Amino acid sequence: MSEDFISPDIHHERISHKSQESAHTGLSTKVIWKVFWILLAVTVFEVGISFTSIPKGILLYVFIGLTIFKAYYIIFFFMHMKFEQAALKFSILLPFVLIVYLIFIAIYEGIAIGLVNY
Amino acid sequence: MSSAPTANFETKPWHGGYSPFNVRWGKLYMWIFLVSDAFTFSSLLIAYGALRHRWTGIWPFPGEVFTHFPFIHGHVPLAYVGLMTFILIMSSVTMVLAVDAGHSFKRKSVQMWLGLTIIGGLMFVGSQAWEWYHFIEGSEEGAFYLADGRFARTDNLEPGVLLFHDGTKIEGAEAEHLKATAVKNVHGANLYENEYGPTPLFGNFFFFITGFHGFHVFSGVVINFIVFVLVSKGALDKKKDYELVEKVGLYWHFVDLVWVFVFTFFYLV
Repeated sequence: MSEDFISPDIHHERISHKSQESAHTGLSTKVIWKVFWILLAVTVFEVGISFTSIPKGILLYVFIGLTIFKAYYIIFFFMHMKFEQAALKFSILLPFVLIVYLIFIAIYEGIAIGLVNY
Repeated sequence: MSSAPTANFETKPWHGGYSPFNVRWGKLYMWIFLVSDAFTFSSLLIAYGALRHRWTGIWPFPGEVFTHFPFIHGHVPLAYVGLMTFILIMSSVTMVLAVDAGHSFKRKSVQMWLGLTIIGGLMFVGSQAWEWYHFIEGSEEGAFYLADGRFARTDNLEPGVLLFHDGTKIEGAEAEHLKATAVKNVHGANLYENEYGPTPLFGNFFFFITGFHGFHVFSGVVINFIVFVLVSKGALDKKKDYELVEKVGLYWHFVDLVWVFVFTFFYLV
């Protein structure tokens, strides 16, 4: 077994060269500022449309959509998720399917208790 | 993979020898912690959503509660939280720039960006303190539980007027009479009652969710400060490893991410 196979320092795991390259090239300062302007523009847009007379029911879904849009940019660019391995991506993101499920059952339950009216 | 100078054998990610996730353990652990923390925040926001739907008829409209802005006499709903969002996104950007500078071992640059991130975090916590102050303090006249069972708010800008949840207003002698015969007068907010609606839950969720998030921001500032000191002492240069900045960066972005959701579900909708 060659020496470079198992590093003598267990804290210094072996990482393939690919990720280090993308760590340097994936996020340029230009991209960082671009993401910043996107996030700022979406936030200003959200505050702006909250004052219009668009029905609240439609507005709710617009806000949820834009929030997920912003979350995508924060997670995938600022938190570097876009440049990670697919295995890591899915390990982190898939559990949130459970959260989506919880949203549905909890909101449904909340409405139902409200209708019982005790 | 072929450009890797030490890779003289080809192997699949799960065959051993390589980290299958291609990140170091510290970063992976930070991700796992963030998933669990995200579940906690999700549960809080979902509980808020469920109880808001249960009390849909009496739940306060956030746009009518959070209307203050420093030095402006009048109602500017959402502007202040919008500003807080801007501060936090800005500090997230300076954090990415610190991580970016760390990749190329520019200590001075990391110090500057990390310092700006700490200042941004402190500004955010300060803004939140200001917001809590106004939420707890409330309006001059407060709200009234009327003798007929209805709940009426008042507004500093419309003295002597009773405001109802359905948008109707009562003023003049009738309002004075209703106030005089009211069962209870509530001022500001605490954990048992608040003047924004007839349910304590609105105040409870406000204090708990924004408080829990604010505590995360505060912890982030403390952790960032520790890393700032380590960077300044050259500890990371000695190790030739700036991954520590990346790890606290992940935590900091997560705090920003949570705020994006709190902003939407607590203030916007």
